[in-house]
Amino acid sequence: MPLDWAYVAGFALVGGILAALPLGIVWLLAPRSQYPQKLLAYESGVIPFGSAWAQFHVRYYLFSLAFLLFDVEVIYIYPWAVVLRALGPVAFVEMLIFLAVLGVGLAYAWKKGALEWV
Amino acid sequence: MVEVVRIVLSVLLVFTFAAVGVGLFLVLMERKISAWVQARIGPRHVGPYGTLQTLADLLKMLQKEHILPAGADRVMFELSPIVVAVAALMSYVVLPWGPGLIVRDLGVGVLYFAAVLSLEVIGILTGGWASNNKYALLGGLRSAAQMVSYELPLGFSILTVATVVGTLSTVRIVESQPYPWHTYPSVIVAGAVFLVAATAESNRIPFDLPEAESELVAGYFSEYSPLRFALFQLGEYGSLFATSALFVTMFLGGWRGPFELPVVGSVLSGIFWFLLKTYAVVFFFMWVRWTYPRFRIDQLLNVSWKILLPVSLANLLLAGLLVAWGG
Amino acid sequence: MTEAAAFYILTGTVLGAALVVVLSRNIVHAAVSLIPVLLGVAGYYVLLGAEFVAAIQILIYAGAITVLILFVILLTEGATGLRVRQRNEQVPLGIIGSGALVFLLITLLTRAPWPPAATPLPTYNPGAVGQSFLTAYVLAFEVTSLVIVACLVGAIVIARREE
Repeated sequence: MPLDWAYVAGFALVGGILAALPLGIVWLLAPRSQYPQKLLAYESGVIPFGSAWAQFHVRYYLFSLAFLLFDVEVIYIYPWAVVLRALGPVAFVEMLIFLAVLGVGLAYAWKKGALEWV
Repeated sequence: MVEVVRIVLSVLLVFTFAAVGVGLFLVLMERKISAWVQARIGPRHVGPYGTLQTLADLLKMLQKEHILPAGADRVMFELSPIVVAVAALMSYVVLPWGPGLIVRDLGVGVLYFAAVLSLEVIGILTGGWASNNKYALLGGLRSAAQMVSYELPLGFSILTVATVVGTLSTVRIVESQPYPWHTYPSVIVAGAVFLVAATAESNRIPFDLPEAESELVAGYFSEYSPLRFALFQLGEYGSLFATSALFVTMFLGGWRGPFELPVVGSVLSGIFWFLLKTYAVVFFFMWVRWTYPRFRIDQLLNVSWKILLPVSLANLLLAGLLVAWGG
Repeated sequence: MTEAAAFYILTGTVLGAALVVVLSRNIVHAAVSLIPVLLGVAGYYVLLGAEFVAAIQILIYAGAITVLILFVILLTEGATGLRVRQRNEQVPLGIIGSGALVFLLITLLTRAPWPPAATPLPTYNPGAVGQSFLTAYVLAFEVTSLVIVACLVGAIVIARREE
């Protein structure tokens, strides 16, 4: 079983090297003539003004937080899915309670407008 | 030692397929399909029926100058395309290409698939930020918010299938089909949710606002020179193919076919059916892309959180009900 | 033998990346450097035979928590990449405190008698985990849902208050 994951690690490492290979070829082959105008950030033809950072709305944070919490819920469902057949209705009811509580949480977030973009 | 050689060989094999059968071929497929939808022909000069077009583009890209925008974060800028491409590639480990033909049958197969797909978001986020460009940053943030919102319905539909089969291993999922008849309503809904969520995960129309060509230039990869752009594309098309392959594995029977091909034997026959089905699903995704307009960002997030999430949750409970009582 | 090699490679990755997290002046680099740390810990779980926990580690920590951290960083000023010098008058106190902690930990870990496992490690595959939290630890499982909802509600209240 650790061997399986050795394959995963191999995929990550060797895949990373293989993905970086064309970049190496570009480094060898491509011309290099850099001057300041070429390095300007692209802003549809005008000279960019201001820094590339602006205050972003808290909604990005709320979405990723809600995602995180529901993801944690999902990881409980994975083992449940595997043993449900063996454990039968009792396990189903237990998960129903779990998901009902989280459903209340989702309804609260919905009602409070945490899932709105604007 | 033998294992190390095996690992490297399998990576090379999968990567070659990903580069040729996915990267080169899918770009051409996209262009041909868009042409067909728009009543024109598409690339036809380079190679028979334009088949060598993408290769020619790739050779051209290898000679283009690499520009690092002023003020860009060098390390993150260089790493992001590689992270996206590698994350997409890593999901190929658990795809069953034929009977007994899988890189490794991980015990946590589909969970691993979902986990690796969630790593792509980071590459996109850092790529958008590292470019020191407002458009790229906005595109990266929006793309991350979108992908993250749609990972939940995707996960729930995968879980529905896992509940019906009782395992997370992709090989056993293929072997357990067709599923027991009484679970099919739940499985069909899960399939529909999966298709919608997968379209959003791959940032394709109708969910492609983060890379909307007329609004955000090219979104989070606006500042990238051609080859790095190609790496991002490899990651995107790679994950599109992998998600289609997962759909085929979970809902369309994997490598099983109605009949075994006469001469070639069961393994090659399995590969044939698997590829045929997967490319058919990819065709479906591309067809949808060139047919529909795109959603606004708020519509897009509403669809995920207010429609798909409750639906897939209820569907999962339905599947659980059917399995717990039906057996 | 290969297990030892794998362990040392993982430890090297984890420690190296952790050093970058702690010492880097660029906060985005620090946040992204957390990813190798988390993936290395997933590797530890694999070596211990807990591949389910390893997959979850990747899914939640590397996939969701890192994204959350990056979002938060981009919402604050750290994202401009300005290198901020840490201004800290309590460095001597910090050195004494952490030195004492290191000393304590090393003494404890080397002096404690770690009995070798009498039986082989139990399997930690999804089936076994599911069995345990659906039968023996049901209460803890249900309470977890309350904890999650509490987090959600708390975060929404705090975030909304700022508008």
